[in-house]
Amino acid sequence: MTAQTRQVRRYEWATFEGIWNREWTLFRRYWASTTVSSVVQPIIYLLAFGLGVGTLVSSVGGISYVEFVGTGSVATAVLFASAFPGMFNTYVRRVFQRTYDAILAAPVSVDELATAEGSWIAAKAGVYGTFPLIATFFFGLEPRWTMVFVPFIGFLTGLGFAFFGMWVSAVIKTIDETTYITSVVLTPLFLVAGTFFPVQNLRPALQVAAQFNPLYHCVDLVRGACFGFVWPNDLYHLAVLVVFAIGMWLLAVRKLRVRLVD
Amino acid sequence: MRMLTGQTRPSSGRVEVLGLDVATESKQARARMGVVPQLDNLDTELTVEQNLAMFAVLYRVPRRERHDAIERALDIAMLRQRRDAKVDELSGGMKRRLLIARGLIHSPELVLLDEPTVGLDPQVRQELWSLIDGLRQQGTTVLMSTHYIEEAERLADDVAVVSHGQIVAKGTPGDLRTTHVGTRATEYYGPPTRLKEIEDRARQAGLATRRTGPAITLLRSESAPSALLEELGDGVHRAASLEDVFVLLTGEVLE
Repeated sequence: MTAQTRQVRRYEWATFEGIWNREWTLFRRYWASTTVSSVVQPIIYLLAFGLGVGTLVSSVGGISYVEFVGTGSVATAVLFASAFPGMFNTYVRRVFQRTYDAILAAPVSVDELATAEGSWIAAKAGVYGTFPLIATFFFGLEPRWTMVFVPFIGFLTGLGFAFFGMWVSAVIKTIDETTYITSVVLTPLFLVAGTFFPVQNLRPALQVAAQFNPLYHCVDLVRGACFGFVWPNDLYHLAVLVVFAIGMWLLAVRKLRVRLVD
Repeated sequence: MRMLTGQTRPSSGRVEVLGLDVATESKQARARMGVVPQLDNLDTELTVEQNLAMFAVLYRVPRRERHDAIERALDIAMLRQRRDAKVDELSGGMKRRLLIARGLIHSPELVLLDEPTVGLDPQVRQELWSLIDGLRQQGTTVLMSTHYIEEAERLADDVAVVSHGQIVAKGTPGDLRTTHVGTRATEYYGPPTRLKEIEDRARQAGLATRRTGPAITLLRSESAPSALLEELGDGVHRAASLEDVFVLLTGEVLE
């Protein structure tokens, strides 16, 4: 049993504390630029579509168009705040700064490192996701108590996309390849997620495709939190997001392990 | 070195550190080791103190002891005045000292130093030598790789000469010298033809030589017949060094 008692746990608090502390320190230094880039873009979409297209379309399914886009932009904000740091930060720290090499020489496993980094990004994404919602209040969105779930939905979606980005960062050979991911994967994902137009009105093939878009499930779940949950549909959206997060986590950890331990 | 911390998997065999199997208990092993890598991987976005603080947490220094551990590490790195400086603002020597101090934050039983003085000024190197010697005095085991043979000669209790991934000789610097190159070496200077002549004569007498830039060094010259020494003429005597051992064992020409 001595060998058993000496066994350390697979996930230990100290590694999370160390890595989150570091992120917090960096965040306090860079919060202005991070926040601006993660928040301004979705809000620009909100204004452009909400107010621009809003002159053509007054309402969608009984919701004013500005509120429709505003609540949908939560998912866009979450995507930008999670997939991009997942790709870029992870790549830079692994390849250019070799920070991960230093951390892994300490008693930290790749699993702990990836999970700590991903969960931090997701937490940030959860917070940033609320900004478009707050902006939409100024266009007449009625507060509702279930909106407190929005940051948690953002966190869950953010986990999936943060780990997706981290997985991508471990697959690509050079950082330039991220442009393919951005234009081929991420842009279609956020355009066909029901943010700017309802997925239900699309041709059937696209409707089916949307089911495989985690962002669509995020958008619908957020609208549920803002205008009233629909059971069991929203439970289904939640389940998809959970599966997406777990799947991406497994992929990211596995690929990073290959890259970081030779 | 990376194999000892479980960051590279052995293609065969098994690695054990401090009685712990690195394949299955690498976290436990890493908790008791301090690592100073060859390539600087300090967190350039953090300050000196923040770098140390982060690793104090990762190395499980208990909360109550963290402050003292960081202060002690700042002393080791001699960076108390620069604690709030960003790593980018430090000189090469300062960075190396910080890198070492970071590896010592948790007072490890074993410290791995991968070429710790490569590319540093002689003065900075001296500083690091006394730092490493201090660790040794305190009873910390230091495993160091180096290309500066002088460094191994001055600091090491045990030296392993590695060539093409194989240990070709092992022992204290003194024993290695005695066994392989004796106590005295004599250096002869001259034009290439003369050096070649000396080399041939020594070989005929069964003595080893090594080229030392513009000179040829007769090894084990203390046991050379006086007739030979006389024939070879004026040479400069010096004490045999570990570098002589290294060159003798690993060959004069690098492949």
